[in-house]
Amino acid sequence: MSKPNPFLSLEFSILLPPTHFFLDPTPLSHTDFSFFTFKKSEVECLIRLFHSLVERANVRLNNFGLDRNAFRAILHSVFGMTDDMLMNRVFFAFDKDNDNCINAKEWVKGLSVFLRGTFEEKLKFCFEVYYLNGDGYISQEEIFDMLKNSLHQQSSEEETDEGIRELVDITLKKMDYDNDGKISFADFEKAVKEDKLLLEVFGPCLPEAKVECQQLKLVKGTF
Amino acid sequence: TRTLEITPLNEVILKEIAMFVESFIYKHPQEAKYVFVEPLEWKTNLDPSAFESGYIVSETTVKSEEVDKDGQPLLFLSVPHIKIRSLGQLSRLLLIAKDRKSCNKNPGLDYNTVKEDTSTVNILDKITKDEDPESEIKMKVGMLLKQLDLYLLNHSLKRISLQICLNPTTVKNHIELLKHFSGKGEQTVLESIDYTSDYEFSNGCRAPPWRQIHGEICYVLVKPHDVETLCVTCSTEGVFLNEDEGEINYERKSEIYKDLVTFFKRKIGKIFRKYDIRFTEEWKKENEEPKEVPKKEEADALPKAFLASSKNILEKNQINFGKIQMTKRLEPTLNWKATVDFKKNTQEKKHGGRLGRSGPPVSPGRAQLVRKSAEKIEEILSDSSSENEEDEEPPDRRQEANADLPSEYWQIQKLVKYLKGGNQTATVIALRSMKDFNLAQETCQLAIRDVGGLEVLINLLDTDEVKCKIGSLKILKEISHNPQIRRNIVDLGGLPVMVNILDSPHKSLKCLAAETIANVAKFRRARRAVRHHGGITKLVALLDCAQSSAKPAQSSLYDARDVEVARCGALALWSCSKSNANKEAIRQAGGIPLLAHLLKTSHENMLIPVVGTLQECASEENYRAAIKAERIIENLVKNLNSENEQLQEQCAMAIYQCAEDKETRDLVRLHGGLKPLASLLNNTDNKERLAAVTGAIWKCSISKENATKFREYEAIETLVGLLTDQPEEVLVNVVGALGECCQEYENRVLVRKCGGLQPLVNLLVGINQTLLVNVTKAVGACAVEPESMMIIDRLDGVRLLWSLLKNPHPDVKASAAWALCPCIQNAKDAGEMVRCFVGGLEFIVNLLKSDNKEVLASVCAAITNIAKDQENLAAITDLGVVPLLSKLANTNNDKLRRHLAEAISRCCMWGRNRVAFGEYKAVAPLVRYLKSNDANVHRATAQALYQLSEDADNCITIHENGAVKTTASLKREFLGYSKF
Repeated sequence: MSKPNPFLSLEFSILLPPTHFFLDPTPLSHTDFSFFTFKKSEVECLIRLFHSLVERANVRLNNFGLDRNAFRAILHSVFGMTDDMLMNRVFFAFDKDNDNCINAKEWVKGLSVFLRGTFEEKLKFCFEVYYLNGDGYISQEEIFDMLKNSLHQQSSEEETDEGIRELVDITLKKMDYDNDGKISFADFEKAVKEDKLLLEVFGPCLPEAKVECQQLKLVKGTF
Repeated sequence: TRTLEITPLNEVILKEIAMFVESFIYKHPQEAKYVFVEPLEWKTNLDPSAFESGYIVSETTVKSEEVDKDGQPLLFLSVPHIKIRSLGQLSRLLLIAKDRKSCNKNPGLDYNTVKEDTSTVNILDKITKDEDPESEIKMKVGMLLKQLDLYLLNHSLKRISLQICLNPTTVKNHIELLKHFSGKGEQTVLESIDYTSDYEFSNGCRAPPWRQIHGEICYVLVKPHDVETLCVTCSTEGVFLNEDEGEINYERKSEIYKDLVTFFKRKIGKIFRKYDIRFTEEWKKENEEPKEVPKKEEADALPKAFLASSKNILEKNQINFGKIQMTKRLEPTLNWKATVDFKKNTQEKKHGGRLGRSGPPVSPGRAQLVRKSAEKIEEILSDSSSENEEDEEPPDRRQEANADLPSEYWQIQKLVKYLKGGNQTATVIALRSMKDFNLAQETCQLAIRDVGGLEVLINLLDTDEVKCKIGSLKILKEISHNPQIRRNIVDLGGLPVMVNILDSPHKSLKCLAAETIANVAKFRRARRAVRHHGGITKLVALLDCAQSSAKPAQSSLYDARDVEVARCGALALWSCSKSNANKEAIRQAGGIPLLAHLLKTSHENMLIPVVGTLQECASEENYRAAIKAERIIENLVKNLNSENEQLQEQCAMAIYQCAEDKETRDLVRLHGGLKPLASLLNNTDNKERLAAVTGAIWKCSISKENATKFREYEAIETLVGLLTDQPEEVLVNVVGALGECCQEYENRVLVRKCGGLQPLVNLLVGINQTLLVNVTKAVGACAVEPESMMIIDRLDGVRLLWSLLKNPHPDVKASAAWALCPCIQNAKDAGEMVRCFVGGLEFIVNLLKSDNKEVLASVCAAITNIAKDQENLAAITDLGVVPLLSKLANTNNDKLRRHLAEAISRCCMWGRNRVAFGEYKAVAPLVRYLKSNDANVHRATAQALYQLSEDADNCITIHENGAVKTTASLKREFLGYSKF
């Protein structure tokens, strides 16, 4: 994977939240993207960026979007994500139409949550990342899958497995309010609202605060 | 290879090796030629120009002419690296280096020789494996090296056995001894010496465990007389300096010395004065008989007697016992008694200071006195040593491994395991789960600590993961309510990390860190740590948050978070502000205007810590001035009307602290603060608040206008009602307030009518010194009224007052004597009453031998009143009052002068006392009193001189000493009073 691209970061930094966060976003005139929290100029910039990324990634394939690998590269280099599995899941969460490719609309929509999302939007996004099989619940097995790598290898594999199983139990106990052995959106919402730390409970799937901070500084420097 | 430390032992070994190598080329020329398989390499600052014959020298490189079989030079120097491949070359190099002394002196070079030692041994291995024609020489080289090795081992063993190993007990004894000889003034060796840590582990060490493995025992802050404070490490190897600027830094910064005194002598020789021979002797004694245990009975009996005489002094700790034992052991002569007395004094003062802080003290003058003495102690003991309120070490309770452990223990242990071994996700889950335990419960708090959770939690604060930091702080915040955990957090170095977090852009992080600091900084060492790591400035900066965003009405969410940050900052400052040095730091960081600004908000939970901080800080003079200047009183008064009890309490406390100042008292009245204070008196359930409110009333009523107001608000009646069944802190203030209010006639009548005299007189038998001072004052104020006096007399109040003259505390003595004056003045048959007290007159006359000016003045005043009765005057004359009064004549204290002059003029009325005063040379000093600026002194002196002048000899003395010199106006005054 490529190293973080400073040019890329700069482009993103224009879009990053805190400083603009509370200025009223002017309603967008652009028909297609009026539901986003970005300003028109920002959307344009994002789309430009999207095209340049697509060009860079898929010269050969005559594709109109970002495929999974390209997208993961971006997640890694710009947003500092490291967990492959989670990056896949983020990709699927972005890819609304399940065509294994992120088009411009999905890109802008996803990033709007990623960078400017309200708490509710982020909550929904995280839940989408965590449930995969599409039944609307995060199952015990899924949790196990996601936490699989969360403990450093201990003396034996069994022990590690046991530890992870315990962690799964802990989270279920904490979050499964209706005691049906899986986490529904309602469960998830309730738990996270009680303690925001649980938003990314099964692994980081939003841009790191650190990255935000760095880019915040960058933004402050630029403007 | 690691670089070895420079210790005396290593240096000796090095020297030996150097000698061996140097002489090698002569002693074993054959073996010297042997070529190593691998060269010895190190860095040197030897100059190429140092090499002469036998070497090919260029500007930066040197090659030896001697080469091995392959033509490689045996010595190759390419500045600064040097490679050597034979012992002969090494030997030569050392000789060269020796010529250039500067190089030889350089430890850098020598060091590396030590490294060689180990590598030579490696070479040995290789040698033995080889089957070479040269093997014989190799063997010889090997043998020689081995011999050297053996020799060195033996040699160093001898050295080690010679070295004195320090252990915790000796170090402790040394420090105690030094403490004993520390303090202000010329007679001491040091200004102060103190441990950095109050916590002593069971093995006697005070260093944190991970430093103990390096042999370190404790760290000591030493303030010598004219240099900056030094931070010194005592380790088993010896004593050395470890710091730069007031911070403990475990790095060694000086050589190691045998013990503390050697260290001081070398390090600060000039300052650590030699003149204190006594100290040196004690030191020797201490070292010669370190095992001597003082005779048990003696040591025990001593403090017991001591305890009996002043009950509340020694309750505190065993350290005192230790000290006394120490004193006893060290000064078997007459001296020890004096030392104990001195100690007693400081203890009392400390005690007074403590009361002054927690429960408000005494009369205004007295309060200042307390504060002053507290300050004095503070100066002596450096930094904040006088704040020993909550500083007692709680016993360190570890849960027994075998005891029945609660199930939480095991669950927490498991979670800590995940904390240690998990990635960010697992950590967050574990933290979250840990938070679900009842962290307010001590079992859980201690369980977290005992399974090593604290270390992990604190380490997490050092990571970049915001979520982990938040989770960790949330737990630390809860468990730091436990005093033991607080100490552990400080010992583990948690404070600096938290202080750093205060800079974080994350508001919730900042809040949590500040809140945790607020919990942890409940004891002195923690508060000092916060200050030393720049925490105060950062906390003050947090207060600024709300200010910048409070102006325009922005998004309310954002605003609320800023307010929260400021609130947490104030909370932490409140905790920190209990240290005097921190108060100053807050002021310097510009905290006062910010606090004043925050005071204008209406958030109750913000106001409490803000007012709390101000209240703590108001003990400092410059704060009180600033509080006045920033118009804070107005807001304090406003908040008295709040619903919140704690806020009311803090506001009342703040008013109590500030109302020492007359202008402030007036401000309180002008802003309508007296009425709420009076109405708060009616709620007596919350004792802390009641104490604060009564304190504020006391101080406010020092102004007459305020006392009148209080009467209008019917506060006097309520106060009288509070004279019974209240804790001492409340009583002190209530009585103080009554004492002030009773300076007014109406109030005195009111107190009598409400039946306040009986409970007041009852309080005269108490033991609390502050309370006694106030009670005597109040009784004295009431006794001004003849009608009240009758009641007091009937209640036997005069006798009780008289017996208080025997109180060991000078303030009580003085206050009792002052109170006796109006009693004697207004009692019906005063002469008879006084005579009734068996031995009473003798006792009061003997009090003239006191060395406390206030006591003397008050006793003089009492004697003036006693002497109004001829019979009594005759009695005290027989008891030798004249010489005693005459002895006091040489004084500069105007108060004493005035009352002394009055007493003298009274005593002149009997027999040949006039002549006697002349004989005892009291006249000449009296004339000098006329130069004083105090009109009262003039008046009293004039009267006394008038009485004395009836004796011809005295007239002569008066003329000789003064009449010529005194100015015309004084003469007029003199004459005027003479006539009258």
